Amino acid sequence: MKILVCVKQVPAKDAPLAITQDGTWIRETDIGFEMNEPDGFALEEALRLKEKHGGEVIALSTGPERSKQAIKEALAKGADRGIHVADDKFFALDPLLAARSIAAAIEREKPDLILTGLQSDDQGSGQTGVLLAELLGLPHATLIMQIEVQESRLRVKRELEAGWFQWIELAWPAVLTIQSGFNKVRYATLKGIMAAKKKEITTTARESLGISPEPTQRVARIYVPQKSKKTEFITGMPAEAATKLVEKLRHEARVL
Amino acid sequence: MNILVVTEQRSGAWNKTSFEALSAGQQIAAETNGKVAALVIGKNVAALAEELTAAKLDEVWSVEHDLLDAYTPDGFTITLKQAIAEAKPDLVLFPHTYQVRDFAPQLAASLGKGMIGDCVGYRLENGQLVFVRQMFQGRTAADVSFAGAGPWFASLQAGAFRGDQLAQGAAKAPVKSVAVKIDAAQIRTKPEAPFQETKQAVDLTQAQVLVAVGRGIKSQENIALAEKLAKALGGELCASRPICDEGWLPMDRQVGSSGQTVAPKLYVALAISGAIQHVVGMKGSRTIVAINKDAHAPIFEVTDYGIVGDIFELMPALIAELTKGS
Repeated sequence: MKILVCVKQVPAKDAPLAITQDGTWIRETDIGFEMNEPDGFALEEALRLKEKHGGEVIALSTGPERSKQAIKEALAKGADRGIHVADDKFFALDPLLAARSIAAAIEREKPDLILTGLQSDDQGSGQTGVLLAELLGLPHATLIMQIEVQESRLRVKRELEAGWFQWIELAWPAVLTIQSGFNKVRYATLKGIMAAKKKEITTTARESLGISPEPTQRVARIYVPQKSKKTEFITGMPAEAATKLVEKLRHEARVL
Repeated sequence: MNILVVTEQRSGAWNKTSFEALSAGQQIAAETNGKVAALVIGKNVAALAEELTAAKLDEVWSVEHDLLDAYTPDGFTITLKQAIAEAKPDLVLFPHTYQVRDFAPQLAASLGKGMIGDCVGYRLENGQLVFVRQMFQGRTAADVSFAGAGPWFASLQAGAFRGDQLAQGAAKAPVKSVAVKIDAAQIRTKPEAPFQETKQAVDLTQAQVLVAVGRGIKSQENIALAEKLAKALGGELCASRPICDEGWLPMDRQVGSSGQTVAPKLYVALAISGAIQHVVGMKGSRTIVAINKDAHAPIFEVTDYGIVGDIFELMPALIAELTKGS
């Protein structure tokens, strides 16, 4: 089975975010980046499917040069090769354009299965997987927690809301978006990191993919949201803060 | 602006966020001197469509077909495309549910259009509609507007609009049926019946006080201390998703978009950063307390009382304070 997994590189969870002067993105200098956590679960699922059914795992990422690091991490964990769609302005693409660019890069690979995370921790549109399916003419299922591979079909367990689930059957090739948290993500071993150095990463410039640059939506500005509530911060040593808080809950908020 | 709001139901029961989307549709239509229509989709939805005719709506569209009994992304995309061609809306609104996430981007893209997803608000700026959505897990907001011609597509985060503010109409809204064409062979996924994994042992929605733990609880052994605090407050223990994924607490104690939505008198968030997926499930609580080491954690956006500090110091201090003299 030829499995292609999309991994995005996003600012590290604890990175302090500062907004650029023109207000359209965050300042990328001086912050760390990491593989988008939900994509880590998709990668893990891809590696497990390969271990069980054989085949190949290809990790694809798009973005500036630094985003290759997410591919290298995937290679170190066991992916076989990487595809980097070089794009210094990837952040400025709307969800449909971003998917068009990724779809164009995937098209020539003809994978049996395309996996993505549930959403990115930066822009968080959560549309890429579904859009890839539409653009590539493939069936899809989202928020998948379990995958059973049959002869020419897949049986997948999808999470619905409020504790409900559902099994879905579909033919492959297909696109699946993976629900976060249901598998335990592996760490790269030293051996894996060494082996990754010999693995191939092919780079394609987005400009060469022939994507129309016509956007369907524009981000006018990014900003720190206004608080919907006024928070009263309680200070002091733990015992003192605890006394003050309980006092306020009893006599001000009257909830105790 | 003419707006079509696509509502959601399963087996004849509303997904309540439908009313939030309808309420938002009414507001935007009123502010732009436009019309607002509701759309009900499924099999045997006549009663649901009839129910909506009481609301202040210009039309209620009903899309019915045997093949729409169980939800499939292809079934919904193919038939909604036909309904949109007939209704000709400028803007199509959805509640941002798991189901909408599964098909709405496909529907928009099949028309060559984009969708602005998970919006928390909107503004009209010089006649242009601007949607507000969150980025970086709620740490920043973004103003997003549509480019190019409609129809435009947007989905609204649960709780962003008030479903109970849905305006009732002076006269009954007319129901229009769309005759949609779809063939079984066009539907590429075969869904089985939905099921629940565990019986709900605890009903968090009934609790007056909830103490919630997040990633910062660090290990399963530390859960006992949080449980002791919950007991001292006379409440129940709950958690954000990572804790339940780890198996440290059962799934029925999960609060958030994939778990329970709660609104107790008091919600105490311990070392919970405040990712949107958790916040949507608890932001309706009357009083919210958060304790977190990071003063910039998004949880403080919805907090009434905040303490920037270490939960492992504050949990024992709070337990001591609450049990003083007893």
